[in-house]
Amino acid sequence: MSPMPLLEITSLRTEFSTRQGLLPAVDDVSLRVQPGEILGLVGESGSGKSVTGFSILGLIDAPGKITQGSILFEGTELVGASDETLRQLRGDRLAMIFQDPMMTLNPVLRVDTQMIETIQAHRSMSSEQARARCREVLVQVGIASPDERLKQYPHQFSGGMRQRVAIAIALLLRPALIIADEPTTALDVTVQGQILFEMQRLTRETGTALIWITHDLAVVAGLAQRVAVMYAGRIVESGSVQQVLNTPLHPYTRGLLDSVPANSERGQRLHQIPGMTPSLVNRPKGCAFRNRCSYAQADCAIDPPVQHFEQEHMVRCVRPLTEVKR
Amino acid sequence: MTTSPLSAQLVEETPWRQFVRDFMQSRLALFGLVLLALVLFLALFAPWIAPQNPYDLAKLDLMDSKLAPGSESMTGSIFLLGTDGMGRDMLSAILYGLRVSLLVGVVSGVIALAIGASLGVSAAFFGGRYEQILMRIVDIQLGFPAILVALILIAVLGSGVEKVIIALITVQWAYYARTARSAALVERNKEYMEAARGLGLPTWRVLLKHLIPNTLPPLIVVGTVQVAHAIALEATLSFLGLGLPITEPSLGLLIANGYEYMLSGKYWISVYPGVALLLTIMAINLVGDQLRDVLNPRLAR
Repeated sequence: MSPMPLLEITSLRTEFSTRQGLLPAVDDVSLRVQPGEILGLVGESGSGKSVTGFSILGLIDAPGKITQGSILFEGTELVGASDETLRQLRGDRLAMIFQDPMMTLNPVLRVDTQMIETIQAHRSMSSEQARARCREVLVQVGIASPDERLKQYPHQFSGGMRQRVAIAIALLLRPALIIADEPTTALDVTVQGQILFEMQRLTRETGTALIWITHDLAVVAGLAQRVAVMYAGRIVESGSVQQVLNTPLHPYTRGLLDSVPANSERGQRLHQIPGMTPSLVNRPKGCAFRNRCSYAQADCAIDPPVQHFEQEHMVRCVRPLTEVKR
Repeated sequence: MTTSPLSAQLVEETPWRQFVRDFMQSRLALFGLVLLALVLFLALFAPWIAPQNPYDLAKLDLMDSKLAPGSESMTGSIFLLGTDGMGRDMLSAILYGLRVSLLVGVVSGVIALAIGASLGVSAAFFGGRYEQILMRIVDIQLGFPAILVALILIAVLGSGVEKVIIALITVQWAYYARTARSAALVERNKEYMEAARGLGLPTWRVLLKHLIPNTLPPLIVVGTVQVAHAIALEATLSFLGLGLPITEPSLGLLIANGYEYMLSGKYWISVYPGVALLLTIMAINLVGDQLRDVLNPRLAR
């Protein structure tokens, strides 16, 4: 069948203990990423998409904990791996780009300090060699006059430039997988477009796989090859971009797509999904979406089964939209 | 991006330059800084500036005792600020006293900062029971009046410069620990800390290069204020006769020495050391206040 995946997550469960009880932020999540592939992880805020990303990197802090499942990365089991093993992987084979480019660079250190220290944390390389590599990567992400830029502090960069630096840092050691947690939401649409274009080019050039966490379906449509839609800590649908966006099987995915305002509906009332994301604490059994779902019936109160359709198109629903008229 | 005049300007504007420019905006703070520089200069070069070595008992003449400011000595030199009960030139005694006061204040302040900051930052970084225990100790320590703790310690340890320094460190470290912890708690939750961990940097490096430098601004502010406190506290201890030996008089001891002559009109023995102490502490506080304003992000313009 398919070659060995770069990343294989099997029934991952990450819980946070809160005053109100155990909160399963990620529940029974299974994902696969092939080398060089771009996966879009889509969901509303609080759907567990960021926690999934942090779980892969082993950056879940108390009161959070991975309580179940496995994360295989390049054949290494990351769940329960020692802090040192994880540390060596982070920044090297696995890199992360965070949401807010204003916040991810240390304000008191020059950009070159921050980039060189990342290299030297993983490779025994002289500062000169490391600097050369920094220059190379900055050019790669589209920053002109890298020598000048390296000597500057983060506050001297604009938002888009800072995000480029953050991306450059992620690329420094040629990771096999980059997890990008909504890295363009804080940016202008034009800058967002540039960054997306650069990312697409870079993954193609370097063969790096990418998990792009976002709530923006338009971004996914243009960037990713495969999509996984998360709702209330679970993946409710996954498949290729064409499958999921053109023929959504889960009512939630359908609702998400309908919520995107379209040109043809000018002046009409915009679509919305009624209700709100349920609280994850003491979640009742059954489909978490059923209270907002217009197709829901009594049997949705059972745990929805995972159903597979043609070519790895997966949906977790009692009555996926194939049976109902779209 | 090519180097336009604007970006060239941006390159010039380092955080340090911006800091200096902001600091200079207050005349009062500038005055404090100049005064502080003067005090430091006088204290540092006291042996070359002072007309007399007040520690050299052979140079003192009892016939010169309690002379008013401006009087002439037996040998013909002039005592600008008068003399004390032992015939010591007050100006020289004050210069040497400043030396001792500043030494004690700064050394105890720096050591207390180092100890308090490491404990506070590590408490915030590692958390858990370690943090709980440490911060409760800080709470208890801060529950007692500083002067009481210092008095007890001096009573147990005995007097002497190093004993006073130890007492002052014990009294002060908790302030630094509390400030460092709160600053570090704020910084720890910022995204760049998470990013640093996400890059797989070793823990010690995250702690030393990313966390500690970002907690420094509030610590510098507390530090300046605490040095002023330490000098005042040392003066209090010396005034009470518990601090430094009488052979190495600090400002507090000089004030105490003149205390008995106050009512007989010989004001200068107490008042001039008092003025010196006041000016020193005021200078430090002026600088400290401005530092607080400049380094406080909430007041940033």
